[in-house]
Amino acid sequence: MSAFKDAGHLLRFAGLFVLAFIVFLVVRRFVVPKSFGEYGHYRGAAIAEIAAHPAQFAGHQACEACHSDIADAKSKGKHAHVNCEACHGPQLKHADDPSSGVPPKPDTATLCVRCHAASAARPKDFPQVDAVAHANGVPCETCHKPHDPALGAGGTQ
Amino acid sequence: MKISRRQMLILLPAAAIAWEHVMAGTPEAAPNYAMSEHWWSMLIDIPKCIGCGNCVRACQAENDVPDGRFRTWVERYHVHDEDMMNPEVISPDGGKEGFPSVAKEDSGKYFFVPKLCNQCVDSPCTQVCPVGATFVTPDGVVLVDQKYCMGCAYCVQACPYGCRYIHPQKQVADKCTLCYHRITKGLTTACCEACPTGARQLVDLKNPNDPIHEFLRTHPVQILKPQMATGAKVYYHGMDGSVR
Ligand code: HEC
Ligand code: HEC
Ligand code: HEC
Ligand code: HEC
Repeated sequence: MSAFKDAGHLLRFAGLFVLAFIVFLVVRRFVVPKSFGEYGHYRGAAIAEIAAHPAQFAGHQACEACHSDIADAKSKGKHAHVNCEACHGPQLKHADDPSSGVPPKPDTATLCVRCHAASAARPKDFPQVDAVAHANGVPCETCHKPHDPALGAGGTQ
Repeated sequence: MKISRRQMLILLPAAAIAWEHVMAGTPEAAPNYAMSEHWWSMLIDIPKCIGCGNCVRACQAENDVPDGRFRTWVERYHVHDEDMMNPEVISPDGGKEGFPSVAKEDSGKYFFVPKLCNQCVDSPCTQVCPVGATFVTPDGVVLVDQKYCMGCAYCVQACPYGCRYIHPQKQVADKCTLCYHRITKGLTTACCEACPTGARQLVDLKNPNDPIHEFLRTHPVQILKPQMATGAKVYYHGMDGSVR
């Protein structure tokens, strides 16, 4: 029995170990978020938090519900598939509460050329103009209606 | 009141269950949205992209992306006929304000390549995270838990597509969420909403009525860097072999 002569401090050490393990379990219980592991090795609640981020773009369906006149005109023209907020910018605040403010009129001097300025880098079948030669400083909207822009054979004007 | 040993044995688990309930809190379920019914991705139709930068600006407005960082950006490729291997690629300010015009006389071909997180299934970025702060959701979107992220930037280095950055103010990893806050509410992403030509389309691979299924049946598509085996699921249609 000489091997177990001093078993006392081994037992105390084992006790300490068990105690530390219990403390570990208790601490872990409190510091690991409840939803950790809900779907995988991450905090499940993070998904709902990210989904709660506020939006800025209302989506064209929202605009069309109130501005049906413009939506109708646009749907017959060449800009049918260009969404309202592609030109007017994010307008969720306005769509949720129109009295909160009227969206500013887009500046056609910079707006139209962003898409239509002639460049050999653009797809060949996309309508492009050399703004200077084409309009010579005359605002685009004097000739083209932004919501139904085509003139001539392809237009509805 | 005296509690016997037997009563104590019954009371303890009951208390544990009650505590469990308190800790769990109330789940913030998004109404009518079941993660298991979706598998999100995007289709990029390169021949339709006109390089207007609408998507980049929309993304920055929608997601408060800091200046000089990009969750999505557009690259312009210029490939010379005799040198497929070395395209000239530019992306001034991520293509946010468009690209300089090119005169007709220039040789070679040009095209635009919009880039964003590829929402990989076997994403290297989630695998290297030491704390479980980035993950693939059950509906197929790679997200960052910014409360858990400690900003070590392993994931930024791991992404073979360069889609992540450290947020300069928050000092945590940040990336495209595929507008998770929009797609879970039935809206499309900000970049798709702002794209004038349909060059970017949100797709739900689990929705049998999504036009993507017909598109994939009838068009050749590619993913970026398939040799990396990342399980990327942003599909590119009409992509030139020089794109990296
Ligand atoms: C709830 C109804 C509603 C929705 C939704 C709505 N609007 Fe409006 N909008 C209005 C009203 C009403 C006005 C007129 C405000 C005024 O004249 O004081 C207006 C004015 C505007 C104007 C300015 C008109 C002017 O005379 O300068 C623009 C531009 C506009 N809306 C764009 C949009 C866009 C883009 C959307 C979609 C994001 C949208 N609206 C959604 C009701 C709505
Ligand atoms: C191609 C870009 C473009 C698109 C797409 C577009 N708009 Fe406009 N919109 C403009 C411009 C430019 C003006 C300013 C016209 C002016 O100054 O006379 C304008 C003006 C308006 C006005 C002011 C009243 C008016 O008729 O001039 C409203 C309201 C409006 N837009 C709503 C909408 C809605 C709703 C949609 C989507 C259905 C939409 N717009 C789509 C460019 C666009
Ligand atoms: C966000 C990009 C965008 C903006 C901004 C934009 N357009 Fe367009 N535009 C388009 C697209 C897309 C088409 C359809 C092209 C097609 O049919 O292939 C188009 C078509 C046209 C056409 C018809 C061309 C034809 O085939 O006959 C005209 C004209 C035009 N736009 C003028 C304008 C004017 C004027 C403005 C400024 C008020 C403007 N566009 C702003 C994207 C834009
Ligand atoms: C003085 C009137 C006028 C002004 C100003 C004007 N346009 Fe035009 N634009 C026309 C006419 C007319 C056509 C039709 C030409 C045709 O059908 O061949 C046209 C055609 C177009 C087309 C179609 C070209 C194609 O290849 O099919 C685009 C795009 C266009 N304009 C954009 C613009 C933009 C952008 C501006 C502003 C910088 C602008 N226009 C200003 C009169 C004008």
